[in-house]
Amino acid sequence: MPVSSLPSRPVAELLTALSSGNLTSRQLVESCLEAISAQDDTIHAMVHVDAEGALKRADRIDERRRAGEPLGLLAGLPVAIKDNICCRHLPCTCGSRMLESFRPPYDAHVTEAIQAADGIIIGTTNMDEFAMGSSTETSAWGPTRHPDDPQRIPGGSSGGSAAAVSAGLVPLALGSDTGGSIRQPAAFCGCVGLKPTYGRVSRYGLVAFASSLDQIGPFARDAVGAALLLQAVAGHDVRDSTSVRHQVPDYRTELSRPLSDLRIGLIEDHFAEGLDEEMADAVRRTVHQLEERGASVRTVRLPHSKYCVATYYLVASSEASSNLARYDGIHYGRRADGCTDLMDVYCRSRGEGFGPEVKRRIMLGTYALSAGYYDAYYLTALKVRRRIREDFDAAFRNVDVLAGPVTPTPAFRIGEKTDDPLAMYLSDIYTISANLAGIPAISVPAGRSENGLPLAVQFQAPPFEESRLLRLADAVLS
Amino acid sequence: MTEYTTIIGLEVHVQLRTRTKLFCGCSTEFRPDAPNTQTCPVCLGLPGALPVMNRYAFDLALRTAVALNCDIAEFTKWDRKQYYYPDLPKAYQISQFDLPFSASGWLEIASDDDPNATRRIRITRAHLEEDAGKNLHDESGRGGDSRVDLNRTGTPLLEIVSEPDLRSASEARRYLEQMRTLLRFMGVSDCNMQEGSLRCDANVNLHVRTSDGETTATPIVELKNMNSFRNVELAIEYEAKRQRMLWEKTGQSIEDAPKSTRGWDADRGVTFAQREKEESSDYRYFPDPDLVPVVVSREEVEQVRRQLPERPDVRRRRYQEQLGLSAYDAEVIIDQGPEFAEWFDSVAAACGDGKTAANWATQDVLRDLNADGMSLSRFPITSQVMGHLLTWIVDGRLTTSAARDVYGVLKQRAADGQVLTTSLVDSLAAERETVRDTEALTAAVHAAIEALPKAAADVRSGKQAAVGPMIGMVMKQVSGADPKVVRSLLLEALQE
Repeated sequence: MPVSSLPSRPVAELLTALSSGNLTSRQLVESCLEAISAQDDTIHAMVHVDAEGALKRADRIDERRRAGEPLGLLAGLPVAIKDNICCRHLPCTCGSRMLESFRPPYDAHVTEAIQAADGIIIGTTNMDEFAMGSSTETSAWGPTRHPDDPQRIPGGSSGGSAAAVSAGLVPLALGSDTGGSIRQPAAFCGCVGLKPTYGRVSRYGLVAFASSLDQIGPFARDAVGAALLLQAVAGHDVRDSTSVRHQVPDYRTELSRPLSDLRIGLIEDHFAEGLDEEMADAVRRTVHQLEERGASVRTVRLPHSKYCVATYYLVASSEASSNLARYDGIHYGRRADGCTDLMDVYCRSRGEGFGPEVKRRIMLGTYALSAGYYDAYYLTALKVRRRIREDFDAAFRNVDVLAGPVTPTPAFRIGEKTDDPLAMYLSDIYTISANLAGIPAISVPAGRSENGLPLAVQFQAPPFEESRLLRLADAVLS
Repeated sequence: MTEYTTIIGLEVHVQLRTRTKLFCGCSTEFRPDAPNTQTCPVCLGLPGALPVMNRYAFDLALRTAVALNCDIAEFTKWDRKQYYYPDLPKAYQISQFDLPFSASGWLEIASDDDPNATRRIRITRAHLEEDAGKNLHDESGRGGDSRVDLNRTGTPLLEIVSEPDLRSASEARRYLEQMRTLLRFMGVSDCNMQEGSLRCDANVNLHVRTSDGETTATPIVELKNMNSFRNVELAIEYEAKRQRMLWEKTGQSIEDAPKSTRGWDADRGVTFAQREKEESSDYRYFPDPDLVPVVVSREEVEQVRRQLPERPDVRRRRYQEQLGLSAYDAEVIIDQGPEFAEWFDSVAAACGDGKTAANWATQDVLRDLNADGMSLSRFPITSQVMGHLLTWIVDGRLTTSAARDVYGVLKQRAADGQVLTTSLVDSLAAERETVRDTEALTAAVHAAIEALPKAAADVRSGKQAAVGPMIGMVMKQVSGADPKVVRSLLLEALQE
């Protein structure tokens, strides 16, 4: 097969080629590196590429394959990781000047898992600063551009991972999703993006944005790829107290199970004002296809979903204000020069290290947790969060999966929403509630708009039903 | 006449005796000589690292709270207490705010007025939290960099808050002593103040009752940096006097001034203003989303209660009532802490006589330990060997002075590297075994009565002291005779 297009081949095909000896991991890594050098000056999906290290690891895996040794699940496939996941041999900057010089002295759980499965971590991908944003425009290293239209953003905050997979720079990538940061860029870029159940994948080594919402998940071009990467990283980890002891099914085997008798609930609340007509049609069309293949469809209400953006920005910002307090210029990360006293170190280091969006959220969260405001904001948000979860519990008593849009519109233009934080926040309106409820959700490509931009559909399932989502994705895409 | 009552509440921080830290696997060993060697991504607060609760630390905290008669919460959670300080790498301390794992207990202490009576000092709450690190400042005055040692960061701390029930500096000291003894016997902390494993802050103010019957309170002062029980006592005494003088001068009451913090300067013997506290500071507590709540069932609490080690007050009573020890001896043994008390118990059991065991433990053994500044764990004579030696005394086969002789030889042999065994004790003791009831002894007794007729007559006429020279004569004749036995044989013979 032509080397230039290798990373965009289906993962199943790549694995077959690798195991049959028609392809080596070195060739695959080299083709990724070529694609990156050819395209990434424009796209800017990658923050750091570890060419040398990746080739070395590829050679070792090729040697082992030649020696007939059994290989792990990822069997020499290159994987890119978001720039907020710790990996010993890569910088981890979180798209922030604050951590420009930070090299983690330890591996995240997912990093270890990828390496244990013989995946090759090829580099880190661009993101909104500390995952706060929906466009990658808040990255201190500049925005990532949409692979199909450099005037547009790829979504965010895991925009680099989505763009890298969609542009064929890498076959697989990991992102993190706090309010839609995997699904929204996957929708914009036209790839599969899965946010697993909260606790399904260990957060150990994922730089925290909002601990009770953050979850790591896969990007791939198809359901098989997403299933494979999820398989490699899912499972209980004693180092994350919120990681769940729940058996991990064989997602790829699950893919082949039929979708019969599936009850789909179409989320009525998500088809209200603000939803782009083409996007709405794409969702309806996809659901209709599934109906034709034996699924039953009904509409479902999530009455508290209208509060999800407000709830999210209180919960997420409160946690973020606390999680980001550690960046104080004392032990690691950026420290301002020429400070006169301790307060000066704190104020100037944080002042210089953080960008405006991060500062905005820290201030919002600090305010919400302050004495006298805690009950009105944070505590109220927790109560509404419970209601949102209950909405889902009720819905899933009658349906197996919920369907709706991922985003109100296709990918928007660079700069279009940077001056209007609220408009930017609303681009996550359909994705946020899965994080608040802790349930798994997936973004699946659903055709293109008239001007050629990817459209997408979102499916949400009860906790630990990732395999149901992957089966749906597979059904929609095949 | 104006009456002043000192009102004191204590906040005690106790480092729990775990091998590893509260939320990671790093060692809790006290290593000021090797800063930042007992750290990992978790206790360094590195990006992405997550805490995992040390269940053993929680169990020790549970044991302590049960021993302090606290109610145990069925549901408890972790909160973040947020503030910036260089020794706090995450910029928040994981602590417990509104749902501590325990509350409403008490500790009994001897009362000021009547040492035989006890007073219950109420415990408001006890909660678990992680310790901070230590900032090290250049004290040379040359303005060198400050350094931070994070070895201590994350060490489990139990904060025990009392109600303001203490009424004098000496009571406060007794509370601390009682607390320390209890915690040591519960095996939850070594309570070493030098190493900072027990720290204490005191909230102090006065209730002033004037002759017209009105009572006002002076502003509350929190006292810090008191590094010994003695200093706690001195600082409170000083502070009570200072507040009294200030009240007399200004009449300032609790409504006029916020709570303030004062440090204790042990060298100058004064308290000094540190900062106006905390009215303005807002820790923005909120539940730590990285940790899961802890649920404790009634059954678990009952199990902890059943498995509680013997309490020091119970032990003291046992020593007096079952082993026949004096109150003083019982106290001395308890004061040495659980290792010593265990050692004593084992000696007493081995020799079968608590009083003899107590005499040796509190005199010879304790003197040697104190003289060498040695811990019991390095003391060469095991309780088995010691108990075996004492059986010779208890059975009347060895005099106390002969036993001391053996004890001395044992220590010497141990110092020479020999392993001490009960058979070694037997062979050393046999060489010095008391001669009694033998023909030689009877003959010597009669010989002495004949040789000293004047003394014999004196004894017969009731001057018991006159028996002394005859004892001496018999002892000279029969080496190894027990003077007590000789004495009674002489008195018996003289009564015939």
